[in-house]
Amino acid sequence: MEPDPQQLVNAEGESLTVDQAIANLCQTADGGLRYYAAWWLGRFRVSESEALQALVAALEDENDRAPDGGYPLRRNAARALGKLGDRTVVPALVRCLDCDDYYVRESAAQALGALGDERAIAALRSLLAGGVAAAVAVPGKPHLVQPYNAVLEALGNLAARDAVSDIAPFLAHEVAQVQNAAARALYQLTGDAAYCDRLVDRLQEPNLQLRRSAMMDLGAIGYLPAAGAIAATLAENSLKLIALQGVLETHLQQSGFPTAGLTAEARQVLGLMDELL
Amino acid sequence: MSCNQAEVNQRQGRKLLAMIMIGAGSGVGATIAELIRAIDTADSKGAMVVAVNQLAAAQDAAAIPTLITVLGYNNPGASVAAVNGLAALGDAAVPALLEQLDGYNYGARAWAIRALALIGDPRALSVLLDTAKGDFALSVRRAAARGLGNINWSLLAPDQRAILQENVLQVLTEAAISDPEWVVRYAAVAGLQGLAIAWVEPNCQMSPLLNCLERVCWNDDTAAVQARARLALEALAS
Repeated sequence: MEPDPQQLVNAEGESLTVDQAIANLCQTADGGLRYYAAWWLGRFRVSESEALQALVAALEDENDRAPDGGYPLRRNAARALGKLGDRTVVPALVRCLDCDDYYVRESAAQALGALGDERAIAALRSLLAGGVAAAVAVPGKPHLVQPYNAVLEALGNLAARDAVSDIAPFLAHEVAQVQNAAARALYQLTGDAAYCDRLVDRLQEPNLQLRRSAMMDLGAIGYLPAAGAIAATLAENSLKLIALQGVLETHLQQSGFPTAGLTAEARQVLGLMDELL
Repeated sequence: MSCNQAEVNQRQGRKLLAMIMIGAGSGVGATIAELIRAIDTADSKGAMVVAVNQLAAAQDAAAIPTLITVLGYNNPGASVAAVNGLAALGDAAVPALLEQLDGYNYGARAWAIRALALIGDPRALSVLLDTAKGDFALSVRRAAARGLGNINWSLLAPDQRAILQENVLQVLTEAAISDPEWVVRYAAVAGLQGLAIAWVEPNCQMSPLLNCLERVCWNDDTAAVQARARLALEALAS
């Protein structure tokens, strides 16, 4: 179990300086300090070149090994780089898609989706090779052979329209979260609202995890017609508020806020959010 | 999990959801003691939600200690029902909520503060002020900030009211501008709007409040918070 980032920021997040964090990441004696420094640089959006260099170097770290053979520091470094918005690191993250560690591949795919550089598209598509038939669980592990959710979401974020035919079969994958990720990506790539309606239907699922993930997907793609259904689903207010924030902010951007005033739709979403505070 | 097992679980889940939706009415006729016993003997999370909904719907002050206990069960559905039940009971629930406020279980504390925030009784003011200022958990700060905009000020004498409103104004403006979490700043803005609307004396501290909202509206780095401040400014201008 990895530490909860929220807890770390509240416990000690403010106490590091940028220079200390970079120095902590560059030393090798204390693995815990390195791991924390990588997370910290992402959390506080430290995008100066020393930080980027240290994080890119950490993507090839061999010292920090998990009991399962994974690379915890690489995972954290990839996540941090996804938050820093610097596209020069894209080739290094693309190389991480070949890492043996599933969680490094997942973090890298998420980071590449966030950075929005289309150079990542080909490598991400290659993780879908073999289609649904190949997308099976790894025996003894709680995950599939590839981080399909992260890959599908990244392709959606990257506007990879050529990948629609690769993605569509995953609507029928046996894992509901993978179906959701495919629906989300296909909506982003085609603009067809029918894909979002599948996600809205999921808000009625008996399974809380599925309701949560559909809600976060709808928030991430900012699907305004789902606002009422998100507010009404049985789930935590904290998550509903984050999903509605996504819906609201997508709409605000499209409607020219703050130069333009609030639309009736924006007021409606704000009203729903007020009720959840 | 095999496909068949998943299907069975889904079917059971649907049944439970249906039970929850019709649940609130079906405790009619049972005594409070029976409704409380149903909570003590609930054998699943879903059954617990149904039982708490029924107890909450009874709207009886004798249910208060049990509803408060439920807040600590780590069952969000049950907690929502208990909070709504406590909020509906209003002032009667306030002394017990304040007394049993558990400083160590953040989940339970968050729910209790949400109930106090919904009730708006001024006896909860010092708890809500301290919480909005510096609680560890952002969801708790969020609920407290919202609650500070929902105080029933008519329960206080005018001189007391003026001092406490000044305290609320200070805490909410500070939170609206400086809290690191967008949702707390959002809640503080909503709270400031509530405070301004509730103010009895005309324009006593309106200008620092409006300045704060203006500042958030133009400078916050989260668009949702900016939008909420714009909404508040428009509501107060009309």
